[in-house]
Amino acid sequence: MKVDDKLVEHLAHLSRLEFDDVSKEKMKFDFEKILDFVAKLDEVDTKGVEPLVYMSAETNVLREDKVKGEVSQKDALQNAPKKDTDYIRIPKVIKN
Amino acid sequence: MKNFTSLSEIRESIHSGSTSCQSLVDYYLERIDKHKDLNIYIEVFTDEAISRAKKVDEKLQAGTAGRLAGMVIALKDNICFEGHKVSASSKILEGFESLYSATVVERLLKEDAIIIGRVNCDEFAMGSANETSTYGPVKNPCDPKTVAGGSSGGSAAAVAADLCQVALGSDTGGSIRQPAAFCGVIGMKPTYARVSRFGLIAYASSFDQIGPLAKSIEDAALVTEIIAGVDPNDSTSSSVPVTPYSEAKIPSGKKKIAYLKEYIESPGLNPEIKENFLKLISDLKAQGHIVEEQKFPYLDVIVPSYYVLTTAEASSNLARFDGAHYGYRSPNAHDIESTYKLSRTEGFGEEVKRRIMLGTFVLSSGYYDAYYTKAQRVRRLIQDRTEEVLKNYDFILMPTTPSTAFEIGVKNEDPTVVYLEDIYTVHANLAGIPAISLPLWKSSENMPIGVQLMAASFKEEELFSFSKLLMNSKN
Repeated sequence: MKVDDKLVEHLAHLSRLEFDDVSKEKMKFDFEKILDFVAKLDEVDTKGVEPLVYMSAETNVLREDKVKGEVSQKDALQNAPKKDTDYIRIPKVIKN
Repeated sequence: MKNFTSLSEIRESIHSGSTSCQSLVDYYLERIDKHKDLNIYIEVFTDEAISRAKKVDEKLQAGTAGRLAGMVIALKDNICFEGHKVSASSKILEGFESLYSATVVERLLKEDAIIIGRVNCDEFAMGSANETSTYGPVKNPCDPKTVAGGSSGGSAAAVAADLCQVALGSDTGGSIRQPAAFCGVIGMKPTYARVSRFGLIAYASSFDQIGPLAKSIEDAALVTEIIAGVDPNDSTSSSVPVTPYSEAKIPSGKKKIAYLKEYIESPGLNPEIKENFLKLISDLKAQGHIVEEQKFPYLDVIVPSYYVLTTAEASSNLARFDGAHYGYRSPNAHDIESTYKLSRTEGFGEEVKRRIMLGTFVLSSGYYDAYYTKAQRVRRLIQDRTEEVLKNYDFILMPTTPSTAFEIGVKNEDPTVVYLEDIYTVHANLAGIPAISLPLWKSSENMPIGVQLMAASFKEEELFSFSKLLMNSKN
């Protein structure tokens, strides 16, 4: 499959990533190699085979509806890259 | 200090008064410092390990010590330990400190294990050579020019260099077994859902399992027994009862073992590994076991289906790293979009970004059915055929890796070449079954070679039991 700039840019946006021109070229090259590699899957006849979605045999694991394991405000702020006394700070969202 | 093979040897030695937890910890701290150049430990919990050793010694004296008293353990840097840093060897988690402990850590501590530090791994456990770590590659203690394997490279190397007694790793497609084979130690991946994943930084949630890397089956079995079992914090964890793996004995009867034709005939398999493997088959036959060839027609799609599914899950799991709530934020972020994009672009390494992109692609509109659903269907076929073989045979035997440890830096050009490193190990993760790598042989260049034994789901005890027989045949 041919991978062009448009596809890489589209996927980069969905992934919330950015690639400069050099890394975009490298990504295109790698992507084509990887897609050729996974194209092997087409050779397997899977007609009538149900997709395998869940690997655990546990079903309907229920628990009491009780509040537990909540993280305190102080703890939640601990790892924030930028914060004040009460809140995580992020750059301005709404533009003037 | 002697290099102890198992905890029972350590306990005897403590009992007879020739060592103590405190002197063991001192010994490891000294060795860790001496072997800094191998780039194994990211952080050593020095003071904490010393004070804990003192407490465990007191408990041993008082006769109140837990089952892991005397065992010094290293954690892969993707397993959370309350109040300690954890980074998945990624810049994006620089400085992050965990608010809680993984269930496995809680269980180890409850039995009086001493956790001595966290060890290097591939970034977000994505890699087969420990070369994608933001801290640089781990060097293989058997030959520092070569890789330790990945992604639990630090865990394998720490055990191989005797910088701890046991290390925990995680295995998504071979990340415990492949480095274990490269470094010459035992590596065990339990059945999917056998061990709680609570507190493991997620890579691909339908594949990930935590397991031990150890010097003896005895230790691997004991640690697996302690960390296994249902956990209310991981609703996928299995309620199947855990049997006493640590009491597994060498089986007295004869076993039925299958090996897969396509795997042994694969042109990528190193001739020396193949020769050792075929010799093992004839030895086992000579001992009266039934060893037979079985067909497995999906070898060519094993790694492709693994990559489609794991990258899809990874792209979803890694969406949480947004630069806002925790971890790295780009200093150039000026609005919410650039907070996400720049933090992620600067915080993730190349391999992680490649996998997020591939995962996003296979889940995107127009490609979802052709790639993601297709791979899930292939996964079903792989699981069905594997279970069919394991209905008729006790075990499947195969090499752990197609080659021995390669030189640092050589396989970086084409990503799909490194991906083929996982060809023999991803099978167990796709099928969800337990698998163990045993360091049975050495190459002509004196590098370790591993053999891999797989069993049906939840047959951990049988796996440890036959592993004892195989390890004994080595001596």
